[in-house]
Amino acid sequence: MTFEGFLRDGQQFLPILLQGVWVTIAVTLCSLVLSTALGIVWALMRTSGRRWLEWPAMAFTNTIRGIPILVQLFYIYFVLPDLGVDLNAFQAGVISLGIAYSAYMGEVFRAGILAVDAGTVEAAESLGMTRARVLSRVVLPQAVRIVLPPYGNNLIMLMKDSSQASVITVAELSTQARLIASSTFKNQEVWTMAALLYLCLSIPLILLVARLEKRFGRR
Amino acid sequence: MIEIDRLQKSFGTNRVLDGISLTVRQGQVVCIIGPSGSGKSTLLRCINGLESYEGGEVRVLGQRVDRSRPEIRMTRQQITMVFQRFNLFPHRTALENVTEGPIYAAGESRASAEKHARELLAQVGLTGKEDAWPSQLSGGQQQRVAIARALAMRPKAVLFDEPTSALDPELVGEVLTVMRDLARGGMTMAVVTHEMGFAREVADHVVFMDRGRVVEEGRPADILTSPREPRTQDFLRRVLRPLD
Repeated sequence: MTFEGFLRDGQQFLPILLQGVWVTIAVTLCSLVLSTALGIVWALMRTSGRRWLEWPAMAFTNTIRGIPILVQLFYIYFVLPDLGVDLNAFQAGVISLGIAYSAYMGEVFRAGILAVDAGTVEAAESLGMTRARVLSRVVLPQAVRIVLPPYGNNLIMLMKDSSQASVITVAELSTQARLIASSTFKNQEVWTMAALLYLCLSIPLILLVARLEKRFGRR
Repeated sequence: MIEIDRLQKSFGTNRVLDGISLTVRQGQVVCIIGPSGSGKSTLLRCINGLESYEGGEVRVLGQRVDRSRPEIRMTRQQITMVFQRFNLFPHRTALENVTEGPIYAAGESRASAEKHARELLAQVGLTGKEDAWPSQLSGGQQQRVAIARALAMRPKAVLFDEPTSALDPELVGEVLTVMRDLARGGMTMAVVTHEMGFAREVADHVVFMDRGRVVEEGRPADILTSPREPRTQDFLRRVLRPLD
C-alpha cells in the first residue's frame, strides 16, 4: 500500500464511510440519551431506601450486565418481532445499546449519589426543602461532578460498541467498512480508514471529558 | 417555643434518649452540655425532625414534630440548624449557600433573597466573601456562612450542634462572637457545646445530660460553678482541668 494509493482509495471510499460515521454518531447519541435516562431511573430506585424499588432495579441491571450486547442485539431485533413488536435495525440497535448501557450508567450514577456527603443532604433537609428539591439542588449537582469521568468513559465505550450493531445490519461505520472491504479486497486500506475515523470520533470525546472534569472539578 | 416531653429514642438496643424533658422559651439561649454519647446531638436532631423518636413528644410552636409528615418542612423552616461539620453545599458559593433555602425551600424571589443574604454575610463578618467557594474559606468562615444560611430562613429559633468542635482553636472565637451577638439580638437558641465559657456568658439556662437523661439543669452560674450532682461535678472537672 503506497501513500498515494491510500489517498486515491480514500477519495473513493471516504464518502461511503462518512455515511457510516453519521449513522455511528446517530446510534451513539440516541442510545446515550436512552441509557442515561434509564440509568438515572435505576440509580434512583437503587438508592431510594425502599426494597420494592431497589430489588427490581438490581435484578434488571444485573441481568443486563450478565448478557453480551451481541446477544441482546439479536434478541431485540429477531425475537421481539415474533412477539409482535416490529423494529427496524436502527431502532433495535439503539434500544439494545441503550438498555445494555443503562446498566453501566446506573452503576456509575449510583456510585455518584452514594459519594455525595450526607451532611449536605441533611443541611438541605434542615432548611425545609422537599425531597425533590434536595435531589435536584444538592444531590444531583454534586453527583454529576463525581460521575463525569466514569460517565465519559462509558460514552467512549458506547461509541465503540455501536459497531456491534453491524451484526443486525445497522449501516454504521464498521458495516460500511466491511461492505467495501469485502467487495474490493482492500482490507488494509479500508480498515485503516475505519480505525482513523473511529479515532476522529473518540479523541474529541476524550478531550471533551477531560475539559468537563476540569470545569466541574472546581469547588 | 420548643417543648420536649419525656422523649425516648433508641438506636437498636442502645437507648440514646431516656425520657428527656426540656423547654426552650422565646428569646432564651439554652446550652446543652455533657459527655460525648450522652444523646445531646440526637436530642437536637429530634427537634427539627432529622431524627425520629419512639416515645414522648417534641412540640415546636405548639405543633407535634413528626418527620414522616409533610408539615415537618414548615417546622424546619422555622427552626433551622447549624452543624458541627458546617455541611455547606460545596458546589455553591457562599452567597448561593445562603440564598438556597429562601429560594428553593421558601419560594422567595432571588432578588430579595440575595439582598438579605448580603446583609447576613455582613452580619457574620464575611463582606467580600460572597463569591468564594466553601473550599476557599477557613473553617471559621465556613461555619459563619452556615450560620448566615440558617438565619436566611428568618427562623424563630436556631439549633447549634457543637458548632465549634471541628474548628482549629484559634478560629473558635470568631464563631462564638457571632453566636453571642445573635443571642444578644434576642434570637432563641439551643446550643450543644463544650465551650463552657460561652455557656457561662451567653446562656440563660444550662442543661447537663448524661446517658440520655437530664442530670441537672438551671442557671449557668449555678450549674457551672456549684453543681449539685456528682456526675456534673466530675464532668466539669474533667473539661475544665483535664490534666488534674
